Amino acid sequence: MSSVTETRGFRSLFTLYLPLTPYILFALFPLYFMVVTSFKGNSELYDPTTVPFWIGRGVTLGHYNMLGEETLFWSWFANSLIVSIASTVISVVLAILAAYPLARLKFTGASTFGVAIFITYLVPPTLLFLPLSNVINWLGLSDSLWALIVTYPTFLVPFCTWLLMGYFRTVPKEIEECAMLDGCNRLQTMFLILLPVALPGVICAALFAFTLSWNEFLYALVFVSPAELKTMTVGIFSELIRGDIYYWGGLMAGACIGSLPIVVAYVFFLDYYVSGLTSGAVK
Amino acid sequence: MQLKPANGDLSALNAPAAPRAGALGELLYRDAPVAYAFIAPSVLLLLFLVAYPFVLSVWFAVSDARVGDTGDFIGLDNFVRLLGSSIFQQTLQNSLVFTAAALGAKTVFGMGLALLLFRVARFKRLIRGAVLLPFIVPTALSTLVWWWMFEPLYSVVNWTLKYMHIVDHDIPWLPDPYLAMFTVVLVNTWRGLPFFAITLLAGLVAIPRELYEAAEVDGASAFGRFWHVTIPLVKPVLGVVILFSAIFTLSDFNIVYVLTKGGPMNMTHLFATYSFALGLQSGEIGQGAAVSLFLFPILLAVVVVQLRQIRKATMYE
Repeated sequence: MSSVTETRGFRSLFTLYLPLTPYILFALFPLYFMVVTSFKGNSELYDPTTVPFWIGRGVTLGHYNMLGEETLFWSWFANSLIVSIASTVISVVLAILAAYPLARLKFTGASTFGVAIFITYLVPPTLLFLPLSNVINWLGLSDSLWALIVTYPTFLVPFCTWLLMGYFRTVPKEIEECAMLDGCNRLQTMFLILLPVALPGVICAALFAFTLSWNEFLYALVFVSPAELKTMTVGIFSELIRGDIYYWGGLMAGACIGSLPIVVAYVFFLDYYVSGLTSGAVK
Repeated sequence: MQLKPANGDLSALNAPAAPRAGALGELLYRDAPVAYAFIAPSVLLLLFLVAYPFVLSVWFAVSDARVGDTGDFIGLDNFVRLLGSSIFQQTLQNSLVFTAAALGAKTVFGMGLALLLFRVARFKRLIRGAVLLPFIVPTALSTLVWWWMFEPLYSVVNWTLKYMHIVDHDIPWLPDPYLAMFTVVLVNTWRGLPFFAITLLAGLVAIPRELYEAAEVDGASAFGRFWHVTIPLVKPVLGVVILFSAIFTLSDFNIVYVLTKGGPMNMTHLFATYSFALGLQSGEIGQGAAVSLFLFPILLAVVVVQLRQIRKATMYE
């Protein structure tokens, strides 16, 4: 948009792209190393005389095959998918419903509800996992995927509501007023008029909800213990590290596949991620 | 979908909010009932799964609850015992060091990165995308590769340092208490830097170009423009970013749990990991809850400051 054009050419090479290089290397090297390790054979991996930065003795899919054959990796993958999709759908629907009146309607207690949502948005999951595990037990949901589908919305709904409120406010009120003059009721204006216009916001909320649930670690670690019900993040960490034996190749292969869905979504929807990230803090 | 009455009554057009069809129809044209009905599901969810657990956590903290036992009221015993325990004192100190160091690093390097990104004209999307990547990859998984990079025997970091003849022996990154703290701060900075950079970048973009031009006309140097134009105008955004990050850095669990589990010798325990160790691994739910409640004061402070900012913003609107 408003990029500065003065720093073009040779000079910008030294004042701009050179200082940027360490930042980009710092950001990308660990991810690059993750991929390299996952395709490297064990003999090369555990040989300190070889150069670790690339693959010298041939690419192998052994670690990836091991994941499928010797671990429950694909069950964890499926569990993550089920939990993330379910909690995303629940959260986005609840958030659309809550964000609409908070952004648009006049009613007693509107600001109180807004503040309450904002406060829950800031409560870190690490503050609540102990009592929540009691509530989950009491509901009879522990050791099932439901434990996660029910608890993930506790941090997704506040986040998505906050995000959507911002988007809804940018839509001119007049569009809705016109629709209501034409005889649409609130529900109809919301679904037929506002939501199509605010669709980028809904996509953004859904992307973030999916990413946050896919990446979640603590609740998944605490609420679900049977190996076959674990999600990806917990499964890789707790089932591939047994005592003092680390399967680094397998661990990295798992980390690669586990990150892939998010990275793919990210590549396609980069702009949504950027706008979602900044909407919370810049307003 | 057309609810407009077909009888062509012109008076209905003059009274848009007039009731159309029946009691339910009428409700859907008024604000308050719709509002309460729409908010209800979220409020119920948050009451039951955030507010109630929070109250429960306060109860645990003042009780001797253990696994499978709701416990009895014991007043502030848990807090007294914690404050007297050397592990908790260490945790308190670790949390302060970890948060201060990580926030400091993220602020300085994040600001530097934002200023660079602001000037990038070529490959803008590609560079932003690359820099943001650590933030969206699952932390529990990306921390595994950091662990592998600092693994005692095959560390790529040590390999490089030895290859370049900077050191002649393996550096014990994770077994050494101080280096372990350095490592968890480093990984937290790696993950959190993009949030700082991208948000500050949005703040920089929002500064009107005219201000810089005016400052230049007045003879301000590049540093003068940065100090007297950029910093004051980006300060509100910077404040919000630091506050947000303060909560999420202080309450960090994933990085420390995966890399060090709080060790060596409890030197990297944070509130969250120590609460986990006490409450779930030792079954001392009361003490575990008391530890996690230490996160609450900072949370409260951030909420108060944030709300004041939002009030101010709405007053100016």
